[in-house]
Amino acid sequence: MNREVYKFLVLVAIVLLCPLAVHEGYILNVLVFVGIHTMLALALNLLLGYAGQISLGQAGFFGLGAYISGILTATHGVNPWLAMGEGAVVVTLLAFLIGFPILKLKGHYLAMATLGLGIIIYIVFNEAVDQTGGPSGLSGIPNLSLGGIIFDNDLKNYYLIWTFVLLSMGLALNLVHSRIGRALRAIHDSEVAARVMGVNARLLKVQIFALSAGLSAVAGSLYAHTMTFVAPASFGFNFSVELVTMVIIGGLASIYGSLLGAALLTLLPELLRAFQDYDIIVYGLLLIIMTMYMPGGLVKGVPALFSAIRSRLKRKPSAHA
Amino acid sequence: MLKVKNINTYYGKVHALKNISLHLGEGEIVALIGANGAGKTTMLNTLSGVTPASSGSINFLGESITGLAPDRIVKNGVSQVPEGRQVFKGLTVADNLELGAYLRFCSRESKDAIRRDMGHIYELFPRLEERRKQMAGTLSGGEQQMLAIGRALMAKPKLLLLDEPSMGLAPLVVQEIFTVIERLRRDEGTTIMLVEQNAKAALKMADRGYVLETGKVILEGPAAELLENREVQRAYLGKDKKEIWER
Repeated sequence: MNREVYKFLVLVAIVLLCPLAVHEGYILNVLVFVGIHTMLALALNLLLGYAGQISLGQAGFFGLGAYISGILTATHGVNPWLAMGEGAVVVTLLAFLIGFPILKLKGHYLAMATLGLGIIIYIVFNEAVDQTGGPSGLSGIPNLSLGGIIFDNDLKNYYLIWTFVLLSMGLALNLVHSRIGRALRAIHDSEVAARVMGVNARLLKVQIFALSAGLSAVAGSLYAHTMTFVAPASFGFNFSVELVTMVIIGGLASIYGSLLGAALLTLLPELLRAFQDYDIIVYGLLLIIMTMYMPGGLVKGVPALFSAIRSRLKRKPSAHA
Repeated sequence: MLKVKNINTYYGKVHALKNISLHLGEGEIVALIGANGAGKTTMLNTLSGVTPASSGSINFLGESITGLAPDRIVKNGVSQVPEGRQVFKGLTVADNLELGAYLRFCSRESKDAIRRDMGHIYELFPRLEERRKQMAGTLSGGEQQMLAIGRALMAKPKLLLLDEPSMGLAPLVVQEIFTVIERLRRDEGTTIMLVEQNAKAALKMADRGYVLETGKVILEGPAAELLENREVQRAYLGKDKKEIWER
């Protein structure tokens, strides 16, 4: 457990010091997105990686958080923090209620049901024009502020978002190392066995689904208040699939894997700009290669790669001798 | 201790258990034997609440547990070793055992007591202690069976439901596991309901037995009598055939 704390502190230090190395607003802005994506990947990983339940509707919960926050503040003048809280509570409750019927489904059927849920939410964003502004979006969302500090530039947003990221990572680490975390992984391996051990699998699955949705909603609120503008296009089916990819590329059932996966999939398109029109092909190829050669995700694959390189370097001189 | 009255269980439209009644006395080992699809596993799953019965009553220690959710039934003192072991492969041996005590952790029972019981399981199955930090998925079939039994015992059950503990295991390992089952009854007075394909071995160990066929109890009685019963011998022990062949 001590090692876990140590690892976490190293991450905190990196997050704190990063802005000293990068001053450029553009990079800080990309890092803000890495943070939001990390929260979303983390939320999905609790459900997918630990409990083994797929959700293809995560972008919907993310969008609900963003729109609830946006509408309450921009249209009704509610305090942004309060709006964020309301968004989180409403989405958590909604997911809790929907979770009971939906999570009785398994595998492909659950994927289809959550996919449908995501699409319904997406359609509402587009069609409820009076509330959401429809396809052209909702603007004029105020920034968050705290004791006189208004989070209105890239550096301030960076610290705001990453505070939330670190908090949610801390929460998730605590959860997965507890009795609940063990029970979640048990459900993943064998639901029947978990149930006859006394784990209330049905309730626990719904609870983790609700937690995952609530955390995504908070990420949505943060997104709305940092971008000050939301449009339906950011919350479509494609984004749900991208989140699943982040979790799998990063590493299933790994908290740090969520961070790595979100970072890679957010940074990669930026780095691949050099390939211009061919960037999407290179992107696709890289993902295919990674899933083939790093089935455990980055979190297992990268250390394995390093040790493979090290052993090869060691072997070479002895081969000559 | 356990009284089951006129249980009917369905899988959709399939009538899997037809009006089954049976009972278990304290400290007894009762074997449930029968061919594939006779309803043995369904019987255990109905008792543990995984596939609830649509009618009938189940009484355990004077209390009705009919229709309760599995976690409530575990709390009442019934613990199941599911068919095909079903250990949590991605968790360590120690984590698997701790999961067996899940409800005891939930009810804030002292960790010392749970740790003591874990030590007891390691005493019963020394091989599990050697491998306690290993992932359960890397264990051999026999070790996984031991782990599944140990995990169920961590809940401190009064009644242990064992679903085919000999499935797919080498004869020597089966013997080892059966020895432990007998020891559990002898040393701790655990009541055991045993489902087995290996009817002979099960009846040799059990006090009484029930023979299931297509969802119905067709025979019941002391295990020794069932072993001698010509019908059982013909259908499940393959004796007559062998004798014909020998002649």
